[in-house]
Amino acid sequence: MIVAERKPLGEIIGFIEDFKRVLVIGCGGCATVCLAGGETETKIVGSALRIAAGKAGREQEVLEDCVTRQCEPEFVEAVPARARDENLEAVLSLACGVGVNFLAERLGEVPVFPGLNTKFLGATAEPGVWVEMCAGCGNCVLHLTGGICPVARCSKSMLNGPCGGSNDGKCEISPDVDCGWELIIRRMERLGTLDKLTEIVPPRDWSSSPHGGPRRVVREDLRQLAAEAEEERATAA
Amino acid sequence: MKSGSNLERVLEAGHFAVTAEIGPPMDCNGDVVLEKARLLRGYADAFNITDCQTAVVRMSSIASAVLVMREGLEPVMQMTCRDRNRIAIQADMLGAAALGIRNCLCIAGDHQSFGAAGKLKGHPGAKNVYDVDSIQLVAILKGLRDEGRQQGGDEIEKRPPLWVGAVWTPMGDPIEFRPSRLAKKVAAGADFIQTQGIYDMQLFRQQMKQVRDMGLHEKTAILAGIIVPRNLGMLRYMDAAVAGVSVPRELMERMSAAREAAGEDKAQARRNQEEEGTKIAVELIEQARETEGVRGAHIQAIEWEPKVPEIVERAGLLPRPVLSAEA
Repeated sequence: MIVAERKPLGEIIGFIEDFKRVLVIGCGGCATVCLAGGETETKIVGSALRIAAGKAGREQEVLEDCVTRQCEPEFVEAVPARARDENLEAVLSLACGVGVNFLAERLGEVPVFPGLNTKFLGATAEPGVWVEMCAGCGNCVLHLTGGICPVARCSKSMLNGPCGGSNDGKCEISPDVDCGWELIIRRMERLGTLDKLTEIVPPRDWSSSPHGGPRRVVREDLRQLAAEAEEERATAA
Repeated sequence: MKSGSNLERVLEAGHFAVTAEIGPPMDCNGDVVLEKARLLRGYADAFNITDCQTAVVRMSSIASAVLVMREGLEPVMQMTCRDRNRIAIQADMLGAAALGIRNCLCIAGDHQSFGAAGKLKGHPGAKNVYDVDSIQLVAILKGLRDEGRQQGGDEIEKRPPLWVGAVWTPMGDPIEFRPSRLAKKVAAGADFIQTQGIYDMQLFRQQMKQVRDMGLHEKTAILAGIIVPRNLGMLRYMDAAVAGVSVPRELMERMSAAREAAGEDKAQARRNQEEEGTKIAVELIEQARETEGVRGAHIQAIEWEPKVPEIVERAGLLPRPVLSAEA
C-alpha cells in the first residue's frame, strides 16, 4: 500500500485558517489501511479543526466526507459539484499525494491542501510500524534477489551486494534499519540460490523510474474495450 | 602496463607497495594539501585523495589530486557513487585522466547521513545519487580504458590510462559473503584493492585464505588497510561504530595500559598512546606483509598525516622504489 502519515495539526491549520467553509475529505483506500486518512481520521481531524477554530475565535465551518478512493474518477466525480453547491472555499484531502493531485485537477478555483505526508510503498511490519518495501522504480529486479528489493531496501540501492557499511545485519545509516543486502543474502541462502549473486548486475536503466520523468502506463487493450463500449452506447442512443 | 602509474609499476615489479591517505580540507586552502604533500613525499608510492569522506564537503578529490601532483606525488583519486551519476563520473574521470591522474579508487561512499555523526553538521538532507554501484563503476572505468567505450555505448577516441582500484571490507557483515564480493570486484576489473582498516589480523588471515583458494590474489593486487590508532578512545569508537572493523581485546588492553602508565599526567598519557598506536600500526603492517597474497599496505593516519613517515620507516619500508616511467 501507499503509506502516509498525518501532517502536524498546526501545519494543517496554517493551510486552511483563512477559509470560511472547508471540506475535510478522507480516502477509503491505502490511507485508511495505514490509519492516516480514513473515515475515523477524517472525523478526528474535522473535530480538531473545529476546536482550533473555536479557540482562535475564527468563523469557520468544517465539513467531512470520506470517499472509497480518491484516485479514481468515479469516486471523486461528486466532489466538484458539492464544492459548487455548498460554496466550499477549500478542501483538505486526507489521501496520499495522488488523491490531492487528482482532486486539484478537478476542483477549479477551490484550493486543495494535503493533510498527509505521503511516505512510501510499504507494508505493516507490526502494529504501528510500516516499512518501505518497493521503490516503484518501474523495472522489477526481485527475481534476482530472492524477492527482497535492493533498490528500496538498501540505502544506496546497490545492485551487486552489500557495501562495507553493513553491521550485524543493520545498515550504516541507523541501527533501526535492516541492511537490505543482509536480508537478501539470508533469503537466498534459504532458497539455495546464493550462487546467483556472483553474477555482476550491470548499471541499470533508470528511465523507468521517476528519473525518466513523469510516468504513465497505457493498456491499449483496455482503451480499445472502452472505446467499443462507448461506440455501442452511442449507436443504441 | 595499463596506466603506467607509479603504483602499477611498483606492484608489477613485485615490490610491497605503500599507499597513504591525504584528506583534503573543508575549505579552499590548497596550501593545506600542498603542506601534507610535502610532508609525505617519498614515503609512499601513491597517495589516496579522499572524496568527501563521511559525506562532509571537502575540497574535491580531483582538484586535490592535481595539487599533490604539483608536489611530485602520485595521487589515487577516490571517486564515490554517492554524489555523481554515470554522466558526471565519466566526465570527471576523463578530465582527471587529461590532467594526468592515473589511479582511481571506486567506492560506494558513506551515506550522506554520516556527515552529521560527529561534531559537524554535514548535509544529512542532501539528495544522493547512487546511479551506479562501486562494482559497476569499476566496470565503467575498465570499459573506458580497455574498450574505448562509454557506459552508454558511445565510442571514444583517446582512452584514459587508468589503474582501477576498489575497496574490500574483509570483515564486514555478512562476513561469509565478503570473499564473493571481492571476486565480483575483481571480475569487474579491479586492478588493485585497498581494504578497510584491519586490526583483527587472525580473522583477516582467515578471509585471505579463502581469497587465495579462489585465486583472487593473483588477479588483483591486495593492499591491506592500516588505520593508525591514536588513542584508546579512537580504538573503542572504531570497534563499536565502524562497520567491518573489530579491534581485538589484546590491542585495546595495550592501548589502555599505555594510557594508565602516565598516571595523572594527561600530556604524557597522550604521548604514550600515540607511541603505542604507532607501534601497533607498524606491527600490523609487518603482519600484513607476512600474509600470503597481500601485496602492499594502505596507511590511513586520519588527520594525523605527519605520523606516516615514521610509521613507514619503522616498518622497514624505506626507501620507496624509484622506477623509470618506461617499464
